[in-house]
Amino acid sequence: MSVILVLIITSIVVAVLFLGAFLWAVKSGQYDDTYSPSVRMLFEEKGKVKKDSPPAEPTD
Amino acid sequence: MLLQQDVSTNAKCYHCGDACVEDRIVLDDKQFCCNGCKTVFEVLNDNDLCDYYSFEATPGLSQNKERAALFDFLDNTDVCKQLLEYADSEQERVTLSIPNIHCSSCIWLLEHLTRLAPAVISSTTDFGQRKLTVSYHTDQYSLRDLAELLDRIGYTPVINLEQADEHGTRAKTFNKTLLIKLGIAGFCFGNVMLLSFPDYLGISTLEQSYQQTFRWLNLFLSIPVVFYAGSEYFVSAYKSLAQRFANIDVPIAIGVSVLFLRSVYEVVSGIGPGYFDSLVGLIFFLLIGKWFQNRTYEALSFDRDYKSYFPLAIQTKREGGFVSIAVQEIKKGDEVLIRNGELIPADAILIDSKAYIDYSFVTGESAAVEKAKGQYVYAGGKLSGKQGRFIVQKPVSQSYLTSLWNNEAFTRKDQHEKLVDQISQYFTLIIIAISVVAAVYWQLTDPSKTWLVFCSVLIVACPCALALSTPFTTGSILRVLGRNKIYLKNADVVERLQKIDTIVFDKTGTITNVSEKDICFEGEELTLAEQQMIIIAVSSSTHPLSRFVKSLLSNVEASDYSLESFEERVGAGILAQVSGVTVKLGSAAFVGLGASSTDHSASFVYLRIGSNYRGRFVVKNVYRKGLKSVIALLGKKFKLGILSGDSDVERKNLSSFFPKTTPMLFSQKPDDKLNAIKEMQAVGQSVMMVGDGLNDAGALKQSDVGVAVTEDVSTFSPACDAIMHADAFSQFDNFIKLIKRSKYVVYTSFALSLLYNVVGLSVAVSGWLTPLFAAILMPLSSISVVVLTTLLVKFISLKLKL
Repeated sequence: MSVILVLIITSIVVAVLFLGAFLWAVKSGQYDDTYSPSVRMLFEEKGKVKKDSPPAEPTD
Repeated sequence: MLLQQDVSTNAKCYHCGDACVEDRIVLDDKQFCCNGCKTVFEVLNDNDLCDYYSFEATPGLSQNKERAALFDFLDNTDVCKQLLEYADSEQERVTLSIPNIHCSSCIWLLEHLTRLAPAVISSTTDFGQRKLTVSYHTDQYSLRDLAELLDRIGYTPVINLEQADEHGTRAKTFNKTLLIKLGIAGFCFGNVMLLSFPDYLGISTLEQSYQQTFRWLNLFLSIPVVFYAGSEYFVSAYKSLAQRFANIDVPIAIGVSVLFLRSVYEVVSGIGPGYFDSLVGLIFFLLIGKWFQNRTYEALSFDRDYKSYFPLAIQTKREGGFVSIAVQEIKKGDEVLIRNGELIPADAILIDSKAYIDYSFVTGESAAVEKAKGQYVYAGGKLSGKQGRFIVQKPVSQSYLTSLWNNEAFTRKDQHEKLVDQISQYFTLIIIAISVVAAVYWQLTDPSKTWLVFCSVLIVACPCALALSTPFTTGSILRVLGRNKIYLKNADVVERLQKIDTIVFDKTGTITNVSEKDICFEGEELTLAEQQMIIIAVSSSTHPLSRFVKSLLSNVEASDYSLESFEERVGAGILAQVSGVTVKLGSAAFVGLGASSTDHSASFVYLRIGSNYRGRFVVKNVYRKGLKSVIALLGKKFKLGILSGDSDVERKNLSSFFPKTTPMLFSQKPDDKLNAIKEMQAVGQSVMMVGDGLNDAGALKQSDVGVAVTEDVSTFSPACDAIMHADAFSQFDNFIKLIKRSKYVVYTSFALSLLYNVVGLSVAVSGWLTPLFAAILMPLSSISVVVLTTLLVKFISLKLKL
């Protein structure tokens, strides 16, 4: 098989992976609230306070 | 704040940023406007949560208001069950609606709830929907504890019947499906473009073998776009044809199918590259248009009915005292206990000696109505002051107010014909005619080109640009309006607004401002001692007029007078003995002035101190800012009208700035309002109703466009097409102007897209349409329409200073 076909197929496979990632992101609710995560990541945890690991259930 | 006052200093509350006017409260060098704000600060300070104040300055909300949120109904397990999303023996999860969430500090605090209550496992905010999801250990904590904690720190959750019904799950699937379709179409569009390039740029004979592979790949890539992403156009076209009507989706569906079939034919028979890039690009652009138009305000609700006002449970008498019972289970004859600030959920009869009932949700009227023992009380009123016991007369769903929702106006389906669909009727016919004529012509001159021309015409005529004109215009309008605090339910409302010729206003709460009263004292100036005595006297009264009098005097220094006796007489006034002096406040007759004044444009509180008549307090309604100029401007272009639930005492005031011919109907019941709108529509008027209370709900629904005016967009507004923040009222005529002018934007872009169609058609008819030409013309037309409409709307709104 010619190298161009290999490249084309590879590129499409990679693109499909990204599409899959996008679909997963939409379905798991990452686009439901586009504001709070942007703020949340800037919060600093103060040393001693330990947070219990929250159950990672999606809210949808 | 009930009254504007001179602020002696510019001290701002550390918590909420309001000016500190009353007794100064200082803690840790920080000033607070009220004890509520100070308490919140103390709670946060004690728990090392003062980072709250570091993300935004004065992030809190003023606690300086009456709050009477009671959450004891959450002890009822049936009620809790309706609210909880998840519960097992160890933990429970609940999603609460908290309209107060407004900034990043709120998110920070609410997501660190576990520091305030260690039993909380996790808390996550959804800023868009103003919701908080909390999980907690059930052995140490309960839903009631959680609600009370949130209330204490100023984030009172709103828990009502509606939320229990929908169980915290708002249908978001539509939005998600659209995003997924958009993603797939975008993905395929990019790849098809890439794979089409070799065909356009020319390919050397050496690499001819690839050409066919690329074309087949294009074919496969376009299949999900046509059959998944574009499927709704076929469905919609089929539906509209079934009703013998051609909406805009019909020519789109024809164009897409011809494009696809022609391209498949070309690839399979190996004669050409097909039009896959145009095809996929077309659907991609159409979906973008849909997405742009689909601007939703998640924090707002446009479909509220009485359920969102009514409480979940109410204190009902059972054997052994009062217990919380879910409102749906309340039956005729039950004895219920309503406390200060609670809503009466069903028509009932008062059995205590008296009660004040505030019908502001229902009528917009803020002054509480006094009810005496044995009087019939309609559901929807909020009790203010002392608690009262009632005997329920009708179950919740059949009460006077809720039965309004049985009116057919609430089941009516919206039959609105869009402008673009009217055009597409002719458009479809013309296109089919042109393609047939062209095909016949080529059949006679050069039969080999017949099919090519026939397909080319249908392909190039696909009204992508036409279909994008309206979504992008309305989408931009929605954004401009949203920025100015007026929120439309959806894009259709913009089109319906174009046709409006009559605007009907509700009075109380809509053109008057309920939360502010204009109060002054008429008579000889009161001495300091007299003012201090009055304060002491009115402080013990819960009557709303007493509160207004108190707010007028709130700057007066505290005194050491003492209240010796106090008596409040129903329908008359208050009689107080302050340090040996008799203070009488109330009606004219009560203070011994004889008949009361016939002037009904304001409420009066007459004052007698000792044996001297001292004067009267005058409490007047305040009209919304800019009302006069708004009415004057609107009056030139529209027929106006007033539908008020109140008596006609303010007719004279209103007619001073409404046009002479304005019909004013007073003492209108909710269904009278609805019928009045119906009558106007029957004579061909297109009516916009502007209202606020639940009593306008029927009229808002019946009218062609219902606009709800509200002080707080996230909490209370009846079902409507648009929600307008009270601040935006003074710009009302500008909004209408903007929407009216947007019509010309749509016309201009229609003209532009038709021009593209003429160019494309002339090429297609002459048999010169190549895939490359189509691939340039079609996106070009779409993009230029998008740019044109967006810029024009921007230009118009800048001109109107919006």
